[in-house]
Amino acid sequence: MIRPRLRLWLLLGLLLLATLVSLSAGTLWLTPQTVFERLLAHDVLDFEVWNHRLPRSLIAILAGAAFGLAGAIVQGVIRNPLASPEILGVTQGAGLALTVAIISWPHLPITWLPLVACLGGAGGALLLALYNTGVSFSGVRFALSGVAIAVTLSSVTEFLILSHPLDINTALLALTGSLWSRNWHHVAMVLPFLVLIPVGLCLTKPLNLIALGDEAAHSLGTALSRTRWSAMACAVLLTSLGVGVIGPIGFIGLVAPHMARRLVGGHHQYLLPAAMLIGALLLVLADTLGRTLIAPSEIPAGVLTAVIGAPYFLWLLARFRG
Amino acid sequence: MSILQARELDIGYGATRIVQGLSFAPPAGKVTALIGPNGCGKSTLLKAFARILKPTQGELTLDGQAYASLSARQLARHIAFLPQVLPVPEGVSVRQLVAYGRSPHNSLWGRLSGSDQAHVSQAMQRLELDVLADRALADLSGGQRQRAWLAMVLAQNAPVVLLDEPTTYLDISHQVELLDLMGELAAEGKTVITVLHDINQACRYADHLAVMHGGKLVADGTPAEVVSAELMRRVFEVQVQVMQEPVAGTPMCLVEKSTRAKA
Repeated sequence: MIRPRLRLWLLLGLLLLATLVSLSAGTLWLTPQTVFERLLAHDVLDFEVWNHRLPRSLIAILAGAAFGLAGAIVQGVIRNPLASPEILGVTQGAGLALTVAIISWPHLPITWLPLVACLGGAGGALLLALYNTGVSFSGVRFALSGVAIAVTLSSVTEFLILSHPLDINTALLALTGSLWSRNWHHVAMVLPFLVLIPVGLCLTKPLNLIALGDEAAHSLGTALSRTRWSAMACAVLLTSLGVGVIGPIGFIGLVAPHMARRLVGGHHQYLLPAAMLIGALLLVLADTLGRTLIAPSEIPAGVLTAVIGAPYFLWLLARFRG
Repeated sequence: MSILQARELDIGYGATRIVQGLSFAPPAGKVTALIGPNGCGKSTLLKAFARILKPTQGELTLDGQAYASLSARQLARHIAFLPQVLPVPEGVSVRQLVAYGRSPHNSLWGRLSGSDQAHVSQAMQRLELDVLADRALADLSGGQRQRAWLAMVLAQNAPVVLLDEPTTYLDISHQVELLDLMGELAAEGKTVITVLHDINQACRYADHLAVMHGGKLVADGTPAEVVSAELMRRVFEVQVQVMQEPVAGTPMCLVEKSTRAKA
């Protein structure tokens, strides 16, 4: 049997290493020593590390962890490895709400965007829930209808962006799923994660029991419907808040929990932290690669996660018999 | 000792009523076997006792308190239930599964205290799972898995234990061990209610039989009081000779033929 604790420490080590690389890499490469010196200096005139790369990395860590955690919660509560916020229309619902808001109220302060995204994310989840009520639950139906809703919502988003070219710059900035030009103001916007993540971690015990089936979970004292609702609400908020700050980033919520399950097993005391660490690691790596591969231009992190995530999802779908 | 009581229960899914007007109080501190033909409602009744199904009519009480007044956690401290169909959770070890049995007793995070640990290791020893403790459930045979789930139910340490066809995946020696275990639990003061298919096993190992037919309780008492050739013909549609079992002296049915009218 695997040693989950050791693997969690290894993941944490990898994340720290990736963050250090991310702080060093860019158009201007810095040695780790310089990075440390600049971190300690807190120099407001330091445009590489202190004002640019550090806030970006912090946002990537928190948002990546939130996407990973949200995915693990959704997969646990639905008992389906294909489920994840971006497969359920939450990510795309949040993206659409952001687009509509940016087009209709061009002067909306950016601090409102997370709230708008949360409403849109909840809307996407609700749409999927409505489509799946009244029929007996099927994992495949749920995943496929979720994909259909997700694609529909994101195509409406594309249409709106293309048909409103005047606003394209602001919209693209918010909607490409990128950490470009994110700064300390945006760090303040992701601070609610420091409350939401611990709340999500409180679901470890009920998620362990739900994995045993509804009957066993119930007989071990789980209030099933209350747990389901709070878990879904938590996942929607975690995802939408992230989308509100850095735009829709696909597949981390799907891939991270799946990789975590293979690394540390299905016990959620290990699975949830592992999914968070892997989510953070993936987003930090995607961001670092995105701004170094063709520097000084940037590939949005969301494009890179999709490049890795889409084939992974197809592979999962082919293996899944549900 | 906990006392369960069902009064005038109607239980059903949608418009179909599976159990009708059933009143039953399983004797405390005894092993009660629910028997009856397929579809008679015995599993349904067991699930109602576990509060997995809510009766449409009637009332269930635990120590005189209505089920509706108890939280999920309170109920789980008093009633343990082993489902008939057991899923295989991915990436969960035997020890972890057994420890989940302590959920109604431990904290929000599921951290195990010293006494929780003691219950877990005791339950694993009792079902001879020590050598399998760190194996993943998915890698075990059906019978080994069944024993792991049983250990989980034991670790829950509830005064009422409900088992839905627990012998299904076990070979004969493990079946006997399980049936003996039910007797031991009853001797410790627990109330055990189990659905069994084998009428002779039920007669031999249960203190009390509850016979169901068409959603109703048709007989209720010790095996000697309940089992007769007439009952077997009426309920199970088989013609039997009722004899005395040579080892334990309990009633034993020897089947002669089916009396079911062919469609």
